[in-house]
Amino acid sequence: MSEKQIDEFSGVSTTGHEWDGIKELDNPMPRWWLIIYYATIVWAGAYVIAYPAWPLISTATTGLLGYSSRSEMKAEFAAANAAKADYIAAIASKSVTEILADDKLRTFAAAAGAAAFKVNCVQCHGSGAQGSPGYPNLNDDVWLWGGKPQDIQQTIAHGIRFTEDSNTRVSEMPAFGDMLKPQEITQVANYVASLSGKAGDTSATDIAAGKELYAQNCSSCHGDEGKGNQEVGAPNLTDAIWFYGSTPAAIAAQIKAPKHGVMPAWGVRLGDTAVKELTVYVHSLGGGE
Amino acid sequence: MLDTPEIETFDATAVNSARMRQPLYAARKKVFPKRAEGSFRRFKWIVMLITLGIYYLTPWLRWNRGPYAPDQGVLVDLANRRFYFFPIEIWPQEFYFVAGLLIMAGFGLFLVTSTVGRAWCGYTCPQTVWVDLFLVIERAVEGDRNARIKLDAAPWSAGKLIKRVTKHLIWLIIAVLTGGAWIFYFADAPTLLRNLVTGHAEPVAYITIAILTGTTYVFGGLMREQVCTYMCPWPRIQAAMLDENSLTVTYNDWRGEPRSRHAKKAAAAGQAVGDCVDCNACVAVCPMGIDIRDGQQLECITCALCIDACNSVMDKIGRERGLISYATLAEYQANMALATAGGTSTIDPRRVHDANGRLSDKVATFHLKKLMGPRTLIYLAAWTLVGLGLLYALLTRDRLQVNVLADRNPQFVVLSDGSIRNGYTIKLLNMIPEPRTITVTMQNLPGADMSVVGMDQHVERSFVVEVEPDKLKTLKVYVRQPRENIASSRQHFTFVVEDKSSHESDRYEATFDAPETGK
Repeated sequence: MSEKQIDEFSGVSTTGHEWDGIKELDNPMPRWWLIIYYATIVWAGAYVIAYPAWPLISTATTGLLGYSSRSEMKAEFAAANAAKADYIAAIASKSVTEILADDKLRTFAAAAGAAAFKVNCVQCHGSGAQGSPGYPNLNDDVWLWGGKPQDIQQTIAHGIRFTEDSNTRVSEMPAFGDMLKPQEITQVANYVASLSGKAGDTSATDIAAGKELYAQNCSSCHGDEGKGNQEVGAPNLTDAIWFYGSTPAAIAAQIKAPKHGVMPAWGVRLGDTAVKELTVYVHSLGGGE
Repeated sequence: MLDTPEIETFDATAVNSARMRQPLYAARKKVFPKRAEGSFRRFKWIVMLITLGIYYLTPWLRWNRGPYAPDQGVLVDLANRRFYFFPIEIWPQEFYFVAGLLIMAGFGLFLVTSTVGRAWCGYTCPQTVWVDLFLVIERAVEGDRNARIKLDAAPWSAGKLIKRVTKHLIWLIIAVLTGGAWIFYFADAPTLLRNLVTGHAEPVAYITIAILTGTTYVFGGLMREQVCTYMCPWPRIQAAMLDENSLTVTYNDWRGEPRSRHAKKAAAAGQAVGDCVDCNACVAVCPMGIDIRDGQQLECITCALCIDACNSVMDKIGRERGLISYATLAEYQANMALATAGGTSTIDPRRVHDANGRLSDKVATFHLKKLMGPRTLIYLAAWTLVGLGLLYALLTRDRLQVNVLADRNPQFVVLSDGSIRNGYTIKLLNMIPEPRTITVTMQNLPGADMSVVGMDQHVERSFVVEVEPDKLKTLKVYVRQPRENIASSRQHFTFVVEDKSSHESDRYEATFDAPETGK
């Protein structure tokens, strides 16, 4: 390629590159194309000066405009918080009952509560608040400590059997394994199972004996008819919901050596507003009274 | 010169040797299209008026939709996600209409290109229309071709400066109006115009105008044919749709060659002469700056102005029109075979003329029947089918819709009395700009009842809800079924929504989930 080769047909010089007899023409670029090309190079240089670009050892150049995605995020955060400020203030100043009565406020609080629930509550109650054995299902209509808004608020704020909070809800069922004989425990368990139709083929005499034992030992908390008592968190034994299982064996185990769950108090940790939002959300799950 | 034997000479050339050097870039070769006159030019004026008219005036057409919807005939309301096209209102989920229109546009392009060639490029492409408009201004200010060439070559003077500034100013005004017209499609036009003028419009409006002003001015005024040649992918794509029965602007060299500027002299000397008098009128009028006599070229936008120019020359010299014409490749090749006696000799125009110098009967001419081949009919059928499908969908589409989302987490809830409850999110879509009273009813699932969050009532099997005009209403509904009714872990039932006054209704087949051991 010592000599400039001119393509005979087009009159344009070739680059000297040739593949299978096809030669590459050395057409110059259109001027406007080159102008845009150089403009992008200038733009890139200006961008590097104006915006954070060069990585340094522990940081990066800041750029003349002082832009950073973190400060942009902070500004957006502040704007979002400012937009929510009215709602937050209203939630802080109103009672849960008042929030529930206000359609817009309820919708906002429920959405905020759902977000707080997903961070703080799903570990025990499940992402759909459906619970699991020992952790109550918050969708149903059964409430150990009451399902009215203020009951739910009290439970969330102060927890259950959470000794660090002096206002926590406390009650413990005695372990009857030390007080009743094994046979008696079976009889009481069978009777309790029969209250919700789960006793199976237990004999009538056994159930009668269990009923008597129940009246002596259990009715003070669970009531004469086994309807429970929300004042002390005693479960209703006649409904279809069983915290620790509904078979006579599971019931017997619970009578013998009861398990007791603990829920932390969230009032101090999350603040009053978040507790109210959580209350509205939990109340809206379909079981709120 | 040194003549020392020790010094070796090399056969080497510097990479940037002055002999090899070329300029880095090629400046645009200016094109000064002459004003053409004739039937195609008239057709182009009409198309230009119609297309520009549609573009500038459409946003100002009003269409009364009542108190709850905007009164603009064509409105793309991005903020509220509604598209209004006269009586048609499109919701985002009905976007398939737009997809359908795009498919029709595609088939339409295939249909048009396979029959009449690159008609899109020549007549209706915005680039062509605006370049044409900008050329009108250029001619009005600077004069026609020769005057412009002279002005361009002239040294700078006050007169030249005034002309140039005037031209660019008018171009810029057109560009601003072009960018300005675009944004009126996206907001209420009179309000937006007032806000624009008083400086109260959204920044995005000004930015859009600025961008479109810039592109219109640069593409239409400065770059012109270069946009088609270098930037646009369409010429490459469209060329692939042509076949031997597609009409293209063709120089009929079988009757034009050999061309001669001194035809009479040559003919008197007994030489074969074609109809082309080599006047270059076809080159002078070409907005792309090409010579159609060099054959089909990528740059040709088939605007047919060269046909107009050539026809007027043929009229003057008393020859038949159509030396440059719309012709198909099949027809051209037949005539070429005729003129070259099957390709065995060079073109002799005498073979295609009769004794009187008119074109012979043997010359193949265009016939509409040839365009109606199977390919055309298939495109036409596909285009029509999609169109009819869209029309059917449009006429039968629902203006009241219900969507139901069953809660999945938890799938069901056991209540204290043993009954099972499922949660559903019901979305009611009132797609007309009038408020509606909608009845939501649960069908099948005997024994079950409903409750609606926020309505504070136990609704049994049916409830009535007000839905705002042109809005979506979301309801949280719980359906409860006694345990003894539950036959299987999946029961199917139906939500029916109905507007009792218009009898419009929609239904949704929902599923009621229960535990496996539900029975």
